[in-house]
Amino acid sequence: MLSIKNLHASIEGTPILRGINLEVKAGEVHAIMGPNGSGKSTLASVLAGREEYEVTKGEVIFKGKNLLDLAPEDRAREGVFLAFQYPVEIPGVSSTNFLRTAVNQVREYRGQEPLDAVKFLTMMKEKMKLVEIDQKLLSRSLNEGFSGGEKKRNEIFQMAMLEPTLSILDETDSGLDIDALRIVSNGVNQLKSDKTATIVVTHYQRLLDYIIPDFVHVLYKGRIVKSGTKELAMELEEKGYDWIKEAVDSEATV
Amino acid sequence: MSTLIKQDLFEGLLESTHSGFENSRSEAKTSYLTQGLPAAKAEEYKFTGITKKLEQTFPQLSPAKPFEVSAETVKSAIFEGFSGDVLVFTNGKFQPSLSSIIDGIEVSLLSEKSETAIGSIAKPGKDAFCALNQASFEDGIFISVPKKAQIEKPILLLSFNKENEGAAIQPRVWIEVGDFAEVTFIDQSINLSASPYFINKVVEISGAHNSHVHYYRLQNEGKNAFEVSTIETDIQKDSKFSSVTISLSGEMVRNNLSLNILGSNSEGNMYGLYLLNGKTHVDNHTNVDHTVPHAESNELYKGILDDQSRGVFNGKIFVRQDAQKTNAFQQNNNILLSEDATVNTKPQLEIWADDVKCSHGCTTGQLDDEALFYLQTRGIGKDQAKGFLLYAFAGEVLTHIEEENFRSYCTELVQARLGSKI
Repeated sequence: MLSIKNLHASIEGTPILRGINLEVKAGEVHAIMGPNGSGKSTLASVLAGREEYEVTKGEVIFKGKNLLDLAPEDRAREGVFLAFQYPVEIPGVSSTNFLRTAVNQVREYRGQEPLDAVKFLTMMKEKMKLVEIDQKLLSRSLNEGFSGGEKKRNEIFQMAMLEPTLSILDETDSGLDIDALRIVSNGVNQLKSDKTATIVVTHYQRLLDYIIPDFVHVLYKGRIVKSGTKELAMELEEKGYDWIKEAVDSEATV
Repeated sequence: MSTLIKQDLFEGLLESTHSGFENSRSEAKTSYLTQGLPAAKAEEYKFTGITKKLEQTFPQLSPAKPFEVSAETVKSAIFEGFSGDVLVFTNGKFQPSLSSIIDGIEVSLLSEKSETAIGSIAKPGKDAFCALNQASFEDGIFISVPKKAQIEKPILLLSFNKENEGAAIQPRVWIEVGDFAEVTFIDQSINLSASPYFINKVVEISGAHNSHVHYYRLQNEGKNAFEVSTIETDIQKDSKFSSVTISLSGEMVRNNLSLNILGSNSEGNMYGLYLLNGKTHVDNHTNVDHTVPHAESNELYKGILDDQSRGVFNGKIFVRQDAQKTNAFQQNNNILLSEDATVNTKPQLEIWADDVKCSHGCTTGQLDDEALFYLQTRGIGKDQAKGFLLYAFAGEVLTHIEEENFRSYCTELVQARLGSKI
C-alpha cells in the first residue's frame, strides 16, 4: 500500500529525514518510535503534505501513485489520514459543517454520491459511539475549548468519518489519561481491517499495549536504525533509547 | 493645517442657493471656509487623502440632480428576503411616491421641518465635510419615531446614486426616536452611475430615554464611488444604540461614526466588517464619548484585505471626568491576504475618570497556515479551506446583526466573497 524509498526531507535547509525506507501493506500496523527530535513527527507531516518541509530526495508511492505530487487535500481524498499531535482549534468553524464538507469532498473525489443531511447525521451518530464523543462537543466550533482528550477523540472520530486506507497517528497518546487512551485505542482497533493500514508514531510503548503493532521501527537522526516486532517496543520501554543511540553513534564514528 | 486654495472644488455647491435653515447654513459655511478641506498631512485624514483624490478625479464638484427610478428598479434593488418598509432616495432626494407609508412614524422633507436643530448633534465645527453638507445640502429627510413606538419591521433607507449633471451627492438625514421607542434602520445605496460620484452624507440621530436604535449599513457601491459620511448619535438615559457597518467595495470611503452617551445606564455598540480588494480604500473613524457614569460601549471592527486595498481604523473613546464606572471595550482585527494590502489601525483612548474599565486591542496578521493545513488534511480543497477560515473570522461581526433577514443577506454576500459558501 505504502512504499517509502530513501526519503530525505529538510526544513529551512536543515535535514531532518535522511533516508527513510519503509514498506507498509494492507492489514498491517507499524509503530514508529524514537527519541525526541529523531524525525518521527516530521515523517508523519511529510506524508500528510505539510508545506514547510522540503523533500530533497526519495519517493513515496501510495496505492501506485506518487504521493509527494499530491496536494494535502488530495492525499486525504486518496485515503491518507493524519491524526494530529496538536489538533488545531478553529473558532467560528462549526464541527458539523466542517465535517460534512470534508466527507462530501472526499466522497466526490472517490466518485461516491454526496451524503444528504439525514444520511450524514445517521453516519455521524454511528461513528460517535466508536470514540464515545458527546453530541454537545460537535455542536461547538471545531476543537474550540476541547480538553486534550476530547481533541484526540475528535481526531479518531474524524478518521472514522473519512474512512481512510492509511491512518497515521502522530503521538495520539501524548497527554491522554488511561481512560482516554483506552477509548482512543479502542476506536482505532475497531476501524482496522485487512484493507487498511495504520502507522502509529509514539514516544512511549504504553499505547502499543492497546494498539498491537505488527512491526516496530526505531527512528534516530532521520533514519530507521532498528526494526522488529512488538518485543522491540518492550525492550525500549525497559532500557530506554540510549543503547540504540550509542550503537548508532559508535558505528558512525568508526 | 487647512488649505484655502483647494476650496474652489466645491464652489458650485456653496454658490447655489437653498431655501430653509439659513442660519445653520451660513454658520456651517463659515465653519467650512475656516477649516478648509483636510490637507495632505491633516491628522484626522492622515491615511485617507480624500482631498487629493477628489481633486484628481473631479475637475469641479457641483450637485448631482435627483432623477427618476422606476418601481421595478426599486423592487429589484431590495434584497431578497427583506420584509419591512422602504424609503427611497435618488441622489439624496426623498422619493415619496416610491416609498412606503410607515405606520406610526412621521416622515417629512427636512425643508418642511424648519425648526429641526440640524447641526446640533453632528456639529459642523468638527469636520469640514460635515460643515460642507450643512452649508449646501439640497433637501433632507426628517424621520420621527414617536414615544413608545415599537417598530418591529426594519426600515430600509434605499438610496440610488449616479452622476447627473454634477457628481456631488449630499444626503442629509435627521432621525429622532422618542422615549421607550425601538426602531431598526438598514442603510443601503445602489450605484447606477457610469462615472464617478462623491457622496458627502450626514445622518443625525437623537435617541431619547430608554430608546433603542439599530443602524445597519451595507456599503457596496463599487469602484467609482467616493464617500465621506458622518453618522452621529446622541443617546439619553437608559438607551441603546447599535450599529453594524459592512463595507464590501468603494473607491475611497470614509466613515465618521460617532456616539455621544449623554445619559447613564446606556449602551453603545459599534461593529464593522470590511472586506476589501482591488484598490478599495475604506477608513472607519469611530468616536464614543462617555460623558456620564454607568454606561457601556462595545466596539469590534474586523477587516480582510486583499490585493492593493487599504483599511484604516481609528477608534476614539473619551471617558469624561464624570463618567465613572464606564465600561468601554474596543477591538480591531485584520487579516492581510496580500503583500500589497495595508492596514493602519489606531486606538485612541482618553480617560479622565479614575474608576473605569476600558480595554482596547488590535491585531493584524495573515491567515493561520496550521489551521489551513489541518482542514486540507481532512480533504477540504485549499480555496474552500481558506474560505472557511476567513468566514470564521468575519462571521463574528455578522452575528451582531439582529435583523434576521438582513443578516442572512449579508452572510450570503460575505460567504460568496470569501468563497466559503457551504
